[in-house]
Amino acid sequence: MVEPVLSVADLSVRIAGLHILQGVSFEVAPTGVTVLLGRNGVGKTTTLRAIVGLTPRGGEVGGTVRMGARSLLARPTHRLVRDGLGYVPEDRCVFAGLTVAENLRLAERRGTTPAYDKVFALFPELDRRGRQRAGSLSGGQQQMLAIGRVLLNDNRLLLVDEPTKGLAPKVVTEVAEVLERVAESVPVLLVEQNLAVVRRLASDAVVLSAGRVAWTGDARELLLETALTKSLLGVGAEVKA
Amino acid sequence: MNTVVLLTLTGLGLAALYFLVASGLSLVFGLADVLNFAHGLFLGVGAYATWWAAGNLPGAGPDGLGFVVAVLFGVLAGSLVAVLVELVLIRPLYSRTIEQVLVTVGLSLAGVALLQATWGADPRTFPRPAWSRQVTSVLGAQVPNAGLLLIVAAVLVLGALLAFLRWTRYGLIIRAGVENREMVTALGIDVRKAFTLVFAIGGAAAALAGALGGVYFGTVSPGQGGSLLIFAFIVVVIGGMGSVVGSAYAAVAVGLLQQFVNYYGTSGLGDLCVVGLLAVVLLLRPQGLAGKVAHA
Repeated sequence: MVEPVLSVADLSVRIAGLHILQGVSFEVAPTGVTVLLGRNGVGKTTTLRAIVGLTPRGGEVGGTVRMGARSLLARPTHRLVRDGLGYVPEDRCVFAGLTVAENLRLAERRGTTPAYDKVFALFPELDRRGRQRAGSLSGGQQQMLAIGRVLLNDNRLLLVDEPTKGLAPKVVTEVAEVLERVAESVPVLLVEQNLAVVRRLASDAVVLSAGRVAWTGDARELLLETALTKSLLGVGAEVKA
Repeated sequence: MNTVVLLTLTGLGLAALYFLVASGLSLVFGLADVLNFAHGLFLGVGAYATWWAAGNLPGAGPDGLGFVVAVLFGVLAGSLVAVLVELVLIRPLYSRTIEQVLVTVGLSLAGVALLQATWGADPRTFPRPAWSRQVTSVLGAQVPNAGLLLIVAAVLVLGALLAFLRWTRYGLIIRAGVENREMVTALGIDVRKAFTLVFAIGGAAAALAGALGGVYFGTVSPGQGGSLLIFAFIVVVIGGMGSVVGSAYAAVAVGLLQQFVNYYGTSGLGDLCVVGLLAVVLLLRPQGLAGKVAHA
């Protein structure tokens, strides 16, 4: 049995009286892409944010989250990230008032050499647009910047939240290509609604329903079962990759 | 013509004072979401520390290089108090707005009481360099040197702050943190260090305002910080939370409006007009002249 890179056990999150996650348990394999699926509002983003320590203040988080031997829940976000937990949030969250180069520079860490070559090889556009304000980039370019920012440093695991949300089909394909290449060197826990992207990238799947894990297993198996995907996700899986 | 020049330059002197207080207040609120009602205390500490140093600190004095040493001592004291306030009182209360307001309001009241208990409630004559009591002729108007000193100091502070924000790593972190603090931490940055730094910078600027305000008004009193803080808050809101440049524009608008209306209208009407300007800005542009747009 291969040791998982991340183990989530009995994770519960309560925010403003709402019990959003109710004992979520799953593991993330040390290679490839594990996708977190589910209908809107089942707690996918809440799960990622709880793992990286970004549950809103006042929210209660219970259970355990381990990356290797290290427990994550009590540690501040910046420490988790420095320890190799890369996070690409939903809606990109680039710093609109800063230039592309400044957004990247912000992600540099003392004592390490930022991998600009790797980032610019994946996203040549970022190199060309270094002096442009991030707020004036297109949605796809902002997504590339958000991913590129995280890839400047070595990561043990990447958490990527809905990277194709709101993007044009051509850009969705580009982002999926990049994530495919990234996943060759670092495991990814991906939240994604686009089943074509899921089919292309994911090896394992965890399906959430009403704050609980409803299904775990091989992602391709899940997508082959039309009835299952309909019941769990509310959509058919007849999507071409 | 002479009157207009004089009013403009004295208005800019007042604007400079407001800017020195407001710039730190704006950065602290923009980055850390802390509404710091104790900011006036840093001004008071700076003013009294300068006043004390000019009379007691070896090497310091009321004139020449000694005065520069006294002001530096005041600025250092204000900055140190600001750092202590952040570390001891504010840090445990981040994201707890009501508690922060209670603590900072309480601290400002306690600070004024402490200054009163130590040096009395009456204004003290501030040790001013001789040249600061003289005037300089500008386009025929006799402008007090103390006002010009404030303008020069505020321009230098504005330039230094902009250079710091533009060219340094911490400046980059602060600019990013004003936009999205959470995302800064998600890039592996301990944003709390930046909080302490903006408190130190804000405390230093307010303390400088206290020292130079003492030169401008000729006296120092325990309540001076509190009364200036009201206008500094107005400047911050008009300029936009978190924007140093916005604070500079707003300070100039408030200073000039106050000075001209008080002169050509009735004394005190200028203050009312400033509140009117605040209301207009809040109605037409709630995020301020250069502030980030608030999302629901």
